Amino acid sequence: MSTAAAPAIVSHAEPANRVPYALVLPAAMVFVGAVVIPLVMTIVLSFNNWSQYRGIEPVFILKNWIEVFSDPYYAEMFWRTFRFAALATVITAVFGAPEAYILNRMSPRWRGLFLLLILGPLLISVVARTLGWALLFGGNNGLVNKLLMSAGILTSPIRFMFTETGVVVALAHVMMPFMVLSVWAALQRIDPQIEHAAMSLGAGPVTILRRIILPQIMPGVLSGGIIVFSLAASAFATPAIIGGRRLKVASTLAYDEFLNTLNWPLGAVVAVLLLIALVLIVVGCNALVERRYAEVFR
Amino acid sequence: MAYLELDRVSKAFGPHMAVEDFSLSVRQGEFISFLGPSGCGKTTTLQMIAGFIDPTKGGIRLEGQNLAAVHPSRRGLGIVFQSYALFPHMTAAENVSFGLEMRGVAKAERIERVSAALAMVGLTGYEDRYPKRMSGGQQQRVALARALVIRPSVLLLDEPLSNLDAKRREEMQIELRQIQRTVGTTTILVTHDQTEAMSLSDRIVVMSKGRIEQIGTPEDIYERPATAFVAQFLGKTNEFAAIVHGPETPARIVAGGWQATAPAGLSGPVTVSVRPERIGFSDEGLAARIVSRSFQGDHWLFSCDTECGNAFVIRLNDGGPQPQETEAVRLTWRPDDMSVRARGGVA
Repeated sequence: MSTAAAPAIVSHAEPANRVPYALVLPAAMVFVGAVVIPLVMTIVLSFNNWSQYRGIEPVFILKNWIEVFSDPYYAEMFWRTFRFAALATVITAVFGAPEAYILNRMSPRWRGLFLLLILGPLLISVVARTLGWALLFGGNNGLVNKLLMSAGILTSPIRFMFTETGVVVALAHVMMPFMVLSVWAALQRIDPQIEHAAMSLGAGPVTILRRIILPQIMPGVLSGGIIVFSLAASAFATPAIIGGRRLKVASTLAYDEFLNTLNWPLGAVVAVLLLIALVLIVVGCNALVERRYAEVFR
Repeated sequence: MAYLELDRVSKAFGPHMAVEDFSLSVRQGEFISFLGPSGCGKTTTLQMIAGFIDPTKGGIRLEGQNLAAVHPSRRGLGIVFQSYALFPHMTAAENVSFGLEMRGVAKAERIERVSAALAMVGLTGYEDRYPKRMSGGQQQRVALARALVIRPSVLLLDEPLSNLDAKRREEMQIELRQIQRTVGTTTILVTHDQTEAMSLSDRIVVMSKGRIEQIGTPEDIYERPATAFVAQFLGKTNEFAAIVHGPETPARIVAGGWQATAPAGLSGPVTVSVRPERIGFSDEGLAARIVSRSFQGDHWLFSCDTECGNAFVIRLNDGGPQPQETEAVRLTWRPDDMSVRARGGVA
């Protein structure tokens, strides 16, 4: 029996190996159709020519790339984009990590309620959440400004709209749930007895946080940071509403080039550059995190 | 004087009494086990000693000092957790060193004591390994070294061997006992494994439903169980309903066709319990018939039908002839091998 079956297995081996490829085919087709092809088209577009009167010409020139790299306006805009994203990331880490830790220590009943409060905003559109800030701080008519001024605490309204501070604060607020969730996931993996173990060895509460808990949630903070950073750097609605036309970031600039100026090739350069920069930063950080924590959290 | 003393300690979680009136005094260097099924309050008691749970009532004293006033981080107890609770981001040596750092021990001494502690548990050469890269047994040893390196006044072990496979568990039991003998640390072990408790401890505290059933040496508890629970929980036992007939002296204890001299101070209905390995086959005694027999290698296990219910008998495989199934036999035991308790609340 076994000798007879052996050749049969060999002849079936090849078709059997195709099954996995056949199974990933549908997903691969969606990926190629919805991501790869538009991406390649955007890259090709970035090398096309554009002029006021003739529109887009399908030629291969470096004009748009040279413009973006030579005009300091674009350098400033990209620097602003990544500065906003970095600041928002730091703020979410500083507030989100303790928030997750407190959440993790709550009794199950309260934890459920507060988790809902933290995650609930994810159900609401980013536009609505950002407009909330505009309603609170928008010029003299903003609710908070109105209150503070009528109470005599302020004489002039807090400047929030169209300021860097405003964009960073709003971005941090919108991205906070991602950081809290990421840190919370890391906290869940911690042995519940570990704080007792550290305590029995003579560690006080501050030492336990600093030497035992923080090192163990660092991977969660860092991966949350990567999520928040990439989302904040490519965010559109929040910088568009709070930052307006004055504080342009990469995504709002690309939007304007595509839909207002109709200079698609230039917009494509900005979009491609944003993508390349983000991929480099995220992959680099991820590699760093993985190397740093490989030994510990395998 | 008692080294560690628990005085009528109770703990209530809402209306549920997890531990009730727990009193125990432990001598220095003693190895004590809290033995009982899960939910009997043994771990709660251990956590009250450690300070992670505050007792509802009662006092805990260590060398005469009231522990309630001492924060858990200042009690100086060494604890090995069931999950080991090693710090995953620290190497074995860093794990062991942590407690010494917290005590402000100088670096040179720290290095020396850490390598001595790791050597004691047989982990020399594993200093730079992370816990995730170690086997369960090795993690267990790191946890033990970490608890012992601070020279704790009391070592608390919370089911430390339950995550190991049977063979490793036996090895660790022997090793744990040796280490405890050498270091001489007063030790409290929480376990639900009666063999573990018996092979390791000087004294065992048997617990059930938050209460102490019996405190005694392993031999004591095995040979003279104070309550039906203890008799059932530690090893197999046979129980026969019997009646002590008074008032003639000496009183007779009677069960069916079997009778013997009753121990003093008992009358009325009683329970006689005899361990299966103490019962022999003989020409006289309790009439029985072999229902089944099974060969276990070093011994035979017989199940017998008697006048007073089912009984198990264990006979050593000494090479001699053994009774066959359905054979009528008589069961006998020495008076010392049986324990007699009053039945049904009658004292």
